[in-house]
Amino acid sequence: MSTLSIIYVVLFYVATLLLTVGLVRKILQYKNSPAPLKIPTTPAPMTTSGVAYRMAKEVVLFESLFKSSKWTWIFGWMFHFGMLVVLVRHLRYFVADVPGWLLAMQPFGKYAAFMMVAGLAGLWARRFLVDRVRYISTLSDHLMLALLMGIGVSGVLMTFVEHTDIVALKMFALGLVRFSPQPVPGDPILLAHLAMVALLMIIFPISKLLHAPGVFFSPTRNQVDNPRERRHLADWAAQLEK
Amino acid sequence: MAAAPDFEVAKLTGEITVPKLREGAMAGIKSFNANEKIQAPLGYPGELVEDWHDRAIGKMGELLKKYRSLQVFMDACVHCGACTDKCHYYIGTSDPKNMPVARQELMRQVYRRYFTFAGKYFPKLVGAKDLSKEILDDWYSYYYQCSECRRCSVYCPYGIDTAEITMAGREILDSVGIGQKYSNEILGKLHRIGNNLGLPGPAILDTLEGLEEDVLDDTGIPVKFPLDVEGAEVLLVTPSADFFSEPHVESLIGYAKVFHAAGISWTLSTKASEAGNFGLFIGSYENMRKGALRIRDAALELGVKRIVVGECGHAWRVAYSFWNTLTGVGAGAAEDDEFARKLQAQLDPSVPQPSHICEFTYDLLKRGVIKADKSKNDHRVITFHDSCNVSRASRMGDMPGGQFIIPREVIKMVANNFQDMAPGTTHEATFCCGGGGGLLTDDLMEVRVKGAQPRMEAFKDVVDSKKVNFLALICAICKAQFTKVLPYYGYNMGMVGGVHQLVSTAIELPGLGAGPVEEEADEAETEATAAGDE
Ligand code: HEM
Ligand code: SF4
Ligand code: SF4
Repeated sequence: MSTLSIIYVVLFYVATLLLTVGLVRKILQYKNSPAPLKIPTTPAPMTTSGVAYRMAKEVVLFESLFKSSKWTWIFGWMFHFGMLVVLVRHLRYFVADVPGWLLAMQPFGKYAAFMMVAGLAGLWARRFLVDRVRYISTLSDHLMLALLMGIGVSGVLMTFVEHTDIVALKMFALGLVRFSPQPVPGDPILLAHLAMVALLMIIFPISKLLHAPGVFFSPTRNQVDNPRERRHLADWAAQLEK
Repeated sequence: MAAAPDFEVAKLTGEITVPKLREGAMAGIKSFNANEKIQAPLGYPGELVEDWHDRAIGKMGELLKKYRSLQVFMDACVHCGACTDKCHYYIGTSDPKNMPVARQELMRQVYRRYFTFAGKYFPKLVGAKDLSKEILDDWYSYYYQCSECRRCSVYCPYGIDTAEITMAGREILDSVGIGQKYSNEILGKLHRIGNNLGLPGPAILDTLEGLEEDVLDDTGIPVKFPLDVEGAEVLLVTPSADFFSEPHVESLIGYAKVFHAAGISWTLSTKASEAGNFGLFIGSYENMRKGALRIRDAALELGVKRIVVGECGHAWRVAYSFWNTLTGVGAGAAEDDEFARKLQAQLDPSVPQPSHICEFTYDLLKRGVIKADKSKNDHRVITFHDSCNVSRASRMGDMPGGQFIIPREVIKMVANNFQDMAPGTTHEATFCCGGGGGLLTDDLMEVRVKGAQPRMEAFKDVVDSKKVNFLALICAICKAQFTKVLPYYGYNMGMVGGVHQLVSTAIELPGLGAGPVEEEADEAETEATAAGDE
């Protein structure tokens, strides 16, 4: 195998490892840190199932964002759900026999990439056009959008303009999954695409992308509103009563 | 009316607009610092300690471990900007550091530098900074320009609550010796004497006796204001401002009339002569707990069956959301939880513990136990200001949002003319009065007046279009703040009053028909009606 292929194989294993270990560590940290006081933003659900419904609306519909900023909501939703469809579509590279439903969604999936890129463009434009958002934007905010945009645009190019060798790519991807590394196709757009994806995986657990696990642990959203009915006591707080 | 302020007060238009940002607009603003005498009893150093840097970072690390909220909120923000136009202090001052995300960023820049990989190795890239004295200054300035109202948390896609970060910021500042005089002095009084005003028992007794005479003169009915009565059914815990300040005291009279009319025995307590708890404001679990334990002790000593809380926003948050945790006032303690069981065995499990006075009165009105003659309030056109802590950090009644319904229902059951302010400025979207969270001090007057602007715009709108002449409140801080701030915007401070002031006006007292005795306490508002706006 060529040096290039070895580099890419190692890159993906390292990226997967860092992503997994990093995320698991963060999730455990969130899970294990106590929430000593009841602080749901009210009105809040009074039952656990109510909380699950509230959370589902936040994660699927970005409900709070919808209340606050319609433009950010539209662009943000286009980007995330475009990305989700694109990601699901990518599954076909990682399974030998593509199931029917996955095949069926391919034609639509192709266009989700445009939705993703358009959403990103809108979000990025806000960082220049709205003075308040410009003020809070850091270099890393721009670079994050650039990275995602790079991934999206290079993907679109391969789907619609410069077709890459899909069969060879699938061999490479399956090789990774089966721990029997295969050569990576030498197409420059594909190589750039893959490198950017690996970079995204690596920075995921050390960047603001932690909002994805974070939202599930946000006490203002995931707590049940029942402080009068149940006594809620954190371990460290209970020590004060000793 | 008011003395000419040394800052510009916006001319109201009746509409809320988001300003272009003006950097540094409020940078110089600082409330007075607490001295050694104020700091020490709360367990804080009296001046900036020598090793402030390490202690501050140490404290931050400790808080990150103790509070999941802080840990998650430090990580999760994506700088989406959805919260940037939601803070009344940003809208009123146009200082970008008053945008919730920017206020958080004051701490996040430090968090990143010391606690994250990216900030340790690529500080420039992610905007991470070493903790410096300048940053501490910024913290002091801008963490005391946040009223911890939680409006931003409603709109953030991850529910990031800047109040949590403000509280952590204040706790870190306190722990290195930078405290705020106003909040910490008051908290000291609560610990030392039992209430925020520092009223000793005899002064309270004196006031209550005076009130009994006043009410007797006004109504001909001997309404009692009992203090420290063992074996009473209900312990009423109310903000101490209710004993002395106008218009607060009118609500206290209202509560007393409700108890009298319903024939329920009740008592106030010198030990628990304060519902407010500024331990919340400075983010100190220990101090908040210490203050709250007074209520537990008083309830145990007096042997009451029920605890009712008077009109106060942050007090209701502490009572509703935290008392059970801090003191056991509530229900549902575990089998082996002797601390809480001891109290919960004494309290009546068939009613919510604690209850808000509005829940209490609403229930009595609805069941017809007490009656009101609405026409007594006909000279008033009333609007209601949802207090932040009640709206976004608590509940009333048995369903989500009861905190919006119940006070409005009480008003409608005692008065004929009620008008809501514009949607987007009420319920969970309510705008803070501008004086909450430890900002109700004269040295922050500019912040207070400017922060009140969004609420004032919505108020102007209903004054102009609906002829509103009464701003009904259920918070001691709101009452004090609006009394002070209304004149800056050209309104008479007599337009401000409590929900139980309205109850007081209309309630029918046994032994008395709906009719004859006219109120004299109402002069102030009649004047207000006449004054109108500008
Ligand atoms: C549970 C899953 C997730 C939820 C609920 C979620 C939600 C959100 C929301 C509400 C926003 C703010 C609005 C916006 O800017 O779009 C946001 C921003 C963002 N999200 Fe997510 N997200 C999730 C997963 C992800 C993942 C997996 C990625 C990347 C691989 C991602 C990347 C981003 C980026 C880069 C931004 C900032 C956009 C900007 O700079 O304006 N998100 N997310
Ligand atoms: S809690 Fe209230 S005052 Fe503080 S930043 Fe949020 S909106 Fe502003
Ligand atoms: S709304 Fe939430 S995520 Fe967006 S900038 Fe504000 S705090 Fe950050």
